[in-house]
Amino acid sequence: MSQEFRLDNIGMVNRNKKISFTFNGKKYFGYEGDTIASALIANGVHLVGRSFKYHRPRGFFGVGVDEPYAILQLERNNERDPNIRATEQEIFEGLEVKSVNCWPSVNFDIGAINNFLKMFFPAGFYYKTFMWPPSFWYKIYEPFIRMAAGFGEASIKHDKERYEHKYEYCDLLITGSGPSGLASAYAAAKNGARVILAEDKPRYGGSLLTSDVNIGNQTGVEWSEKIITELKSMSNVIVKNRSQVFGYYDHNMLVMSERISDHLPKTQKYLPKQRLWYIRAKEVLISSGSIERPLVFGNNDTPGVMLSSAAKEYMKVYGVLVGKKPLIFTNNDSGYETAIEFKKNGVNPLILDTRKEPSSDIITEAKNLGIDIKFSYVVVAAKGYKKVKSADIAKISENKKDLSNIGNIECDCICVSGFWTPSIHLASQSGNKSEFNEKIDAFIPKKSKQKENTIGSANGKFTLEETINEAFDKGYEVSNKITENNNKVSIPTVVEKKSTEHDKFWCVPLPKGKSYKRFLDFQNDVAVTDIELALREGFRSIEHVKRYTTLGMATDQGKTSNLNGLQLVSDIENKVVPQVGHTTFRPPYTPVSIGAIVGREVGKHSKPTRKSPMHEWHEKNNAVFVDAGVWLRPRYYKQGNETLFEASKREAKNVRKNVGVCDVTTLGKIDVKGPDAAEFLNRVYTNAWLKLPVGKARYGVMLREDGIVMDDGTTTRISENHYHMTTTTAQAANVLSHLEYYLQLVWPELNVNVVSTTEQWAGAAIAGPNSRALLMKLFPNTDVSNEGLPFMGYKEADLFGIPAKIYRISFSGELAYEVNVESDFGNFMWEKIIEVGKEFQIQPYGTEALSTLRIEMGHVAGSELDGRTIPHDASLEGLVSKKKDFIGKRSLSRSAFTKPDREKIVGVVPLDKTTSIPEGSYIVKDPKAKLPNPKLGHVSASCWSVEYDNPFSLAIIKDGKNMIGQKLFAMSPLKNKTIPVEIVSSHYVDPEGKRVRA
Amino acid sequence: MLYIFCPHCGSRSQNEFAYGGDATVKRPELNKEISDQDWDNFVYLRKSPRGKHLELWHHISGCRQWIKVERDTSTHEIFKTYKADELIE
Ligand SMILES: [Zn+2]
Repeated sequence: MSQEFRLDNIGMVNRNKKISFTFNGKKYFGYEGDTIASALIANGVHLVGRSFKYHRPRGFFGVGVDEPYAILQLERNNERDPNIRATEQEIFEGLEVKSVNCWPSVNFDIGAINNFLKMFFPAGFYYKTFMWPPSFWYKIYEPFIRMAAGFGEASIKHDKERYEHKYEYCDLLITGSGPSGLASAYAAAKNGARVILAEDKPRYGGSLLTSDVNIGNQTGVEWSEKIITELKSMSNVIVKNRSQVFGYYDHNMLVMSERISDHLPKTQKYLPKQRLWYIRAKEVLISSGSIERPLVFGNNDTPGVMLSSAAKEYMKVYGVLVGKKPLIFTNNDSGYETAIEFKKNGVNPLILDTRKEPSSDIITEAKNLGIDIKFSYVVVAAKGYKKVKSADIAKISENKKDLSNIGNIECDCICVSGFWTPSIHLASQSGNKSEFNEKIDAFIPKKSKQKENTIGSANGKFTLEETINEAFDKGYEVSNKITENNNKVSIPTVVEKKSTEHDKFWCVPLPKGKSYKRFLDFQNDVAVTDIELALREGFRSIEHVKRYTTLGMATDQGKTSNLNGLQLVSDIENKVVPQVGHTTFRPPYTPVSIGAIVGREVGKHSKPTRKSPMHEWHEKNNAVFVDAGVWLRPRYYKQGNETLFEASKREAKNVRKNVGVCDVTTLGKIDVKGPDAAEFLNRVYTNAWLKLPVGKARYGVMLREDGIVMDDGTTTRISENHYHMTTTTAQAANVLSHLEYYLQLVWPELNVNVVSTTEQWAGAAIAGPNSRALLMKLFPNTDVSNEGLPFMGYKEADLFGIPAKIYRISFSGELAYEVNVESDFGNFMWEKIIEVGKEFQIQPYGTEALSTLRIEMGHVAGSELDGRTIPHDASLEGLVSKKKDFIGKRSLSRSAFTKPDREKIVGVVPLDKTTSIPEGSYIVKDPKAKLPNPKLGHVSASCWSVEYDNPFSLAIIKDGKNMIGQKLFAMSPLKNKTIPVEIVSSHYVDPEGKRVRA
Repeated sequence: MLYIFCPHCGSRSQNEFAYGGDATVKRPELNKEISDQDWDNFVYLRKSPRGKHLELWHHISGCRQWIKVERDTSTHEIFKTYKADELIE
């Protein structure tokens, strides 16, 4: 295998392991340790995509997280991953990647016509072009934008990969394993601190991997290997590679995404694909380094134009040449390091330096190596469409405004260096206000708001000696604060080449008569002219300019573009950069997969599923389940080919005629105990509780302080100081918090304790005319006659040797009882009820039949007590005590709650007695009235009345009590239905309540 | 995510707690005359200060105690936490 651009004797990839992969369907080879970018460049491939807006050809610009161009779509193990940076993704056998943003192919892209229509795509084009007429939005604009935009296609399949979350605590989190990260981690770890060191790349060492330095008589690479090896062996240190700390949140909580399996063909058994770490750190050292700044010139987005440090890293880490005729365009000494590296590898570079006559060790070395250097020279424009073929270069005047000696030279890549920008994203996220440092023309973190410090080049320290000294000191200082140990390690001596000052130059002026596009933001295609236009149109705040032009808003968050954009704004505005200020950095620093954020909480795992002890019985008996909050409840028990409608009707009918049994385990249950329990209930509920005798239950309604009904349910006095409260399934948790609030904060003087007992009891509601006969057989030794156990009575009894509690309460409106036993005996109880009930034609019934029964009785539930109703609205005003005070009482006398035409619950029957009324329908007087049709109220619940065999609904309507007998209309615009209806009493069946007392 | 010191349990993550609003609001006494205005203020009117704020948090996934937390609403800095019945100076 020969790779035209692979160097033989340099790099860290494993030459013994060849790896094949495909890019846009074509097969290529690389080596273990290559990224997609390095492997493609080794094969001479530079065209990898099309730009976002103009669909211009895109190559590689960087070598890591800063990459704005080479964003690909990956197929791995039959899963699709969009938004993959080719500079970060390692290759593995069988990897398939393809370009995005181009159709039909990267070489021939129809969207590139945008490039020739660029007058339609100026700054703010989204806001201008796609505004009017509104009807165009769905049909024309949106499909167009959807087709043209985006960095790949997300999979619509269920992701079978596993993602994990992990919570970790440490003394010190260090983000980045460059010289400052390694040195500080070493100093802190040796001083006893619990350290986590995170590195986003596969290899540790950061800039040490590519720089020609010496630390403690070792090369940078050797020294970093030694330190990492020792750190890994220490029990107080966690070292993680392929791990990006992407977010800095409150109270020193940082989130890190660890790519565990992304570089492997397949996720290994027992390992997740990615792991998200929530790290609570006592202290944080941000050693995230710095990113080289581009220089701005004509067509500076052409494939082959890239950062000079990236070109160097491709050589030193991957053994890959980005070109064989390199042009180095620099305003500082860093470009020289790249040039020297080219020269050492047998390639002759040409350096264009914007500075006049700089001198330093590195420049001298370059000169001594015989490298061609042109001072006071700039690149005016890159030439070539899909790849750099040559460059127009020119001499630049001392004031940097005029070009002369414009000429063209051949080259196959242009390596740019516009000096360095500290990566202050994490510090900024932590709330650290940065300050502009004139010496480096960039922002560095200021005073820490949280417990963090930024060190090394992320803090604007660009010499290794300074960095190493600072990092060792900080590592010791921070760890000493936490551990109070005093083990100081000695700082090694550093040898490095001295460099000289950079040139405050960043944008090449246009030659007369030329209108080259000069790009600032490479991912979002924001050019110098876009910023100029935005400012002409009156945008001033940098935050507005950003949003209007989309500068820095792409997935790379402007890692390479922000400062040049700020420079431009400040130049035009005649301000200095610090006055313009920079935009806010927000997490994530690099894109994070949704899978990692979600973790294991997918589908049914997103919350616990609660099942009653009788669940298995329901399953065996063909129950169709429904989610009731976190509970699974039988909706109906299917017989043969029955539909939901048929089954629930059968079940409900059987309750009215014979007897049915319903699993009511899910009801919230709260034990209320203590000498002041009665007084407490009296304050919590709207009705009177002081005189409830032992052995009796009472229905109660509780309000919020604003007068709205919070919940309802029965509470039974078990003994003198012990009450058993029930709540609705949905409100159980809220009611408990509510009670705790009043007991702990408002009335701490009340001697009462509350505790949830929902899971302690299994419950079965036995309802129907035959229920007493059934009870007599279930509890032969207990008097369950109407006198022995009257309506709202309570008894403890023995169910074939199991202690049981019988409450004579009814939700269905029939003669009914609720039997509770300890959860462990729930199934036993259920089976006994079914077994003994056979002779009484017992049938289990689900929530659908339960709803039918309560609706036709006019019993309110969650759809009426919906957070908007007061007791009056639900016809519960009879339960509101006039004598005593209770939570929310004072609100009931507010004018809106006492007006005469206040909404009230009513029954609704269709005139044709056959058309079901959709829930949510409006009740209106005139269906043909002009829209918006004034509505009287809405239908809260609908059922098929089994008593009368016709549809019946509950509605809450204005002046409800005076509406009874009126003929109105139920309108459902959603279902496109208008149904003539008659308003009747909400108590459709047994309005006197005789059955429950029978 | 905040790190809240529960006076009963120690420092715990915010996701164990539920927020409970302004801790300085005092519920009017029961059975006492109160004007519409005063009652409305109690039910609805809350200051939303930027800066120090004494607020209630409920340690629902822990000890189930309501606690008071003195927190800066703009920086999230927590100065001190108190038990429900603790005197606040
Ligand atoms: Zn607690």
